[in-house]
Amino acid sequence: MTSSPKIQVMDVSKTFKLGGEDFVALDHVSIDIADREFVTVVGPSGCGKTTLMNILAGLEEPSSGRALVDGKPVEGPGPERGVIFQQYALFPWLSVRKNVEFGLETAGVGRRERHEVAEKYIAMVGLEQFADALPKMLSGGMRQRCAIARAYAVNPSILLMDEPFGALDALTRVRLQEQLLETWSQDRRTVVFITHDVDEAVFLANRVVVMAARPGRIFTTIDVPAVTRDEAFRMSDQYAHLRNQVWSAVHHQS
Amino acid sequence: MSLVGVGADAPATPDARQKAGTKRRPPSITLLNTASIVFGIALWWGLSLAGFKLPTPPEVVKSAVRLLSDGTLEGDILASLRRVLTGFVLGTALAIPVGFLMGWYTIARALIEPWVQFFRTIPPLAIIPLAIVLLGIEETPKIFVIFLAAFLACVISTFQGVVNVDKTLINAARVLGAKDGRIFLKVVIPASTPFILVGMRVGLGSAWATLVAAELIAAQEGLGYRMQAAQLYYDLPTIFVGLITIGVLGLLMDRLLLFAERRLTGWQERR
Repeated sequence: MTSSPKIQVMDVSKTFKLGGEDFVALDHVSIDIADREFVTVVGPSGCGKTTLMNILAGLEEPSSGRALVDGKPVEGPGPERGVIFQQYALFPWLSVRKNVEFGLETAGVGRRERHEVAEKYIAMVGLEQFADALPKMLSGGMRQRCAIARAYAVNPSILLMDEPFGALDALTRVRLQEQLLETWSQDRRTVVFITHDVDEAVFLANRVVVMAARPGRIFTTIDVPAVTRDEAFRMSDQYAHLRNQVWSAVHHQS
Repeated sequence: MSLVGVGADAPATPDARQKAGTKRRPPSITLLNTASIVFGIALWWGLSLAGFKLPTPPEVVKSAVRLLSDGTLEGDILASLRRVLTGFVLGTALAIPVGFLMGWYTIARALIEPWVQFFRTIPPLAIIPLAIVLLGIEETPKIFVIFLAAFLACVISTFQGVVNVDKTLINAARVLGAKDGRIFLKVVIPASTPFILVGMRVGLGSAWATLVAAELIAAQEGLGYRMQAAQLYYDLPTIFVGLITIGVLGLLMDRLLLFAERRLTGWQERR
């Protein structure tokens, strides 16, 4: 972390009006995320992890404090920040290919180039055979792979993922985690990955940020050593130890 | 009218209790439909023979043949269709943009919604006296009343469609770089198409429902007018011909819209 951070969250607070009362979703949250870092954010519901992600995505504004990306304040969504939602958010009336091309078309990329880029990312997530299928034909895992391809297609330097595998069965989830890590190890985009699953948080991350609720704040951060993420890691004592550490941080907050 | 459509296209539920292994297949839907229609006509025939003041089916057919051969029925159908279609097309053509405005701009919604909600509580038929006074007794008041019925049915549905567009889809478009104009064209319009088509079907139903009463306004021809004229002479077969014609035409138009709906919104996950 010699260069300046990719993402800087500086003393960000976010307050909602909830039934006439103020609800503090984020209370003076500060965190720096380095370029090429894979950060997972884990915490109980109501800890503001999704709010934090929405602020980074530019979908919400902080009530106070600042969020910077590449040293510039976040003002609305931008193509350098790709977002992947838990509910896939595919356009159901568009085929897989058209979904993946959506961001490119928005950016005014020509038909041929659009097609080539889409092919590349559809292949990356292994959906070649389903390129012309509508989302309703796809399983949950395939939908999320399509959403990942769609986010990658605009070539963002940051991926913001909001519980992307939360709605999937355990087996599919593990497979997608491994695929995500494989892609990440090749291109090293900065990833902020929100999850409520402690195992997932430890397995994927360089650094686990544990948040606490009421008010939403960062409770602690736990570094994960740079080791190969495979089954051996999943079975290792090191992993078990880290997992316990994160688990107690999530479940014994006061 | 729309009830007929909704009932008839309800999915055929396979009999879950039927044990696997038994060869007996459930009778086909078409067969049951036909049997039901045949039974209904037989019942009608029976009742008319049993002394109820109903014309028998052959009498109705004879009357239909007579009205067709002298061109009366064709003229009436044309006159009525023209009114229904003009009113319906104008009504939905206005309802769709107004519904979008209401759904997309809070200001437009705040300005328009009280009026829509107010006029919705007034049956379009109750507007007829006013329409006669203000618009005379030509085609205009008839079409206006049908227009109003179709408009009110369709505008609410379109508005609901826009309001109900999944916020996540809009966010997904925004993070992919789309601005308001593109979000509207590429997300809001396709996402609300199912609602608009439902609104059009309901609007068409209302348009037909309003037709007969609209033709109370000094019409010279039309299915509603023909039935009212027949009423004066106790000409029951002609009334039956009018009713059946309206039913069949309404059903046909509803099927057309249903077909369009299937084609345009096939991407929906049907539960």
